[in-house]
Amino acid sequence: MEYFLIFVSAIFVNNILLAQFLGICPFLGVSNKLSTASGMSGAVCFVITLATVVTYLLNHYLLVPFGLEFLQTISFILVIAALVQMVEIVLKKISPSLYQALGIFLPLITTNCAVLGVAITVVTKEFAFGGAAPHMLNLGQAVVYAIATSLGYGLAMCLFAGLREHLAGNDVPKAFRGLPIALITVGIMAMAFLGFSGIV
Amino acid sequence: MALCLTVVCLVCSAVVGGAYALTKDPIDAAAQAKTTASIAAVLPAFDGVPEQGKIDVDGTEYVYYKAEGAGYAVISTTSGFGGALTLMVGIDTAGVVHNTTVLSHSETPGLGAKCTTDTHFMEQFRGFDPAAKKLAVTKDGGDLDAITASTITSRAYALAVSNAVKVFNQLAGGQSNE
Amino acid sequence: MSSKLHFITDGFVKNNPTFVLVLGMCPTLATTTSAMNGLEMGLATMFVLILSNIVISLVAPMVPDKVRIPVYITVIATFVTVLQLLMQAFTPAVYETLGLFIPLIVVNCIVLGRAEGFANKHSVGESALDGIGVGLGFTASLTVIGIVREILGSGAVFGWKFIAGDGILAFVMAPGAFLVLGFLMVLFNKYLAKK
Repeated sequence: MEYFLIFVSAIFVNNILLAQFLGICPFLGVSNKLSTASGMSGAVCFVITLATVVTYLLNHYLLVPFGLEFLQTISFILVIAALVQMVEIVLKKISPSLYQALGIFLPLITTNCAVLGVAITVVTKEFAFGGAAPHMLNLGQAVVYAIATSLGYGLAMCLFAGLREHLAGNDVPKAFRGLPIALITVGIMAMAFLGFSGIV
Repeated sequence: MALCLTVVCLVCSAVVGGAYALTKDPIDAAAQAKTTASIAAVLPAFDGVPEQGKIDVDGTEYVYYKAEGAGYAVISTTSGFGGALTLMVGIDTAGVVHNTTVLSHSETPGLGAKCTTDTHFMEQFRGFDPAAKKLAVTKDGGDLDAITASTITSRAYALAVSNAVKVFNQLAGGQSNE
Repeated sequence: MSSKLHFITDGFVKNNPTFVLVLGMCPTLATTTSAMNGLEMGLATMFVLILSNIVISLVAPMVPDKVRIPVYITVIATFVTVLQLLMQAFTPAVYETLGLFIPLIVVNCIVLGRAEGFANKHSVGESALDGIGVGLGFTASLTVIGIVREILGSGAVFGWKFIAGDGILAFVMAPGAFLVLGFLMVLFNKYLAKK
């Protein structure tokens, strides 16, 4: 039951883009076309899940036992950077077609704050779902949270890319063209997502 | 190339380590000051240093501070609307809630977050006698007015206080008001 | 000296990190629920920006090209950790309000962007000035967004309340962030960004 609540909460209620403001830069950058948006979402989903597992283990078995929690930021970002590189190399060898699809997005992901944001949130924040006493996530819950969060990322990204494709053909006032109208669209979308709040 | 990276990492670790060593004491002092201030805010005036302790009530571990002659300050966490809501609840020796203060929360700004600013809501807990009145919002048949449009936060707040009262009852020797 | 002053002023209008370069959107949207929060976030970012610009301009000539980015990230992460520790020690309340977005300065594209795009090709002095300029520009943008959101959302400026009542809550919440930034960008495009 709790896994389900984490899932719904992370996708809809606390949507990483529309409620937590993480990973906005690539969101605005590559959401012009539905195809690139879905490619980016796939790459982000992959890296967030992998990075969360690795940083969770790193934190749990290395940083906490030695009282080195203050190194979280610096060690997590280095792990993420290394991980992205590794994923790139492995993907190139094992599945060239998947590399073709995700490859160009991978280098951008190191500086996507959604990845570091989720990794830090998972090990520092106490979660509370459905009236249960607040607690830190265990590894299984952390994985579910990471997957759901990145699905939420993909959902918002693809919805927005769809809207933006339609915007491109419209006659928008000059000062609104480009990012301003995109931001206002996201604002309205975020307002729709506010409707989900309180269901978990 | 490898040498360069090694040197950079060594220097950076030294800087971070140095900063940690220098700031460790001020960070501990700041955390200590915050705890001391919130204990003082929720309990009647007392002398001496409150004594920290831990107790298990209904399967949850609570941290509490015992101030000689004044009562207990209990840290109580429940789940609010946006996440964990953590309170410091002061209960005097007679079992009456002296005052409460929010230690951390993630409620919606302008709605649930008013639990830190809505004086009408917060004042209701001052001098609340759990033996005479019911620690719940009026919607649930209790004696507390909820924050406007923030029933879930108010419920969480009331639950945190009533959990703290349970902790007090166990600490004070098992007499239960229920 | 006056010839170098443009390194600072550029950061405000021509290279404004928020409205022109559109970098560092996450903290811009997330922490501007009030003017004070915006200001604090801006200053925190400026601290890291200036120091990382200085150090990177110093070490850039010695770093092989291949390991450039890892070195920059390590340097930036070091300063962010130092900032985190300092804030925990001396301004714990601010640290708690800004929360996650302090460690996330590491991945703020402004910092890495200036390191890669400016500091590694300029002298220490110029890089420091650039850090100050861009940092101030970022701080100013965040404060302005914070002011607008605080006025609309809670009827106050820097916590000083001049309209009774609750204000339009949506502006303090997530959608307001996008809307205010969008409309401010429109105004900026129309009146300031003269071609």
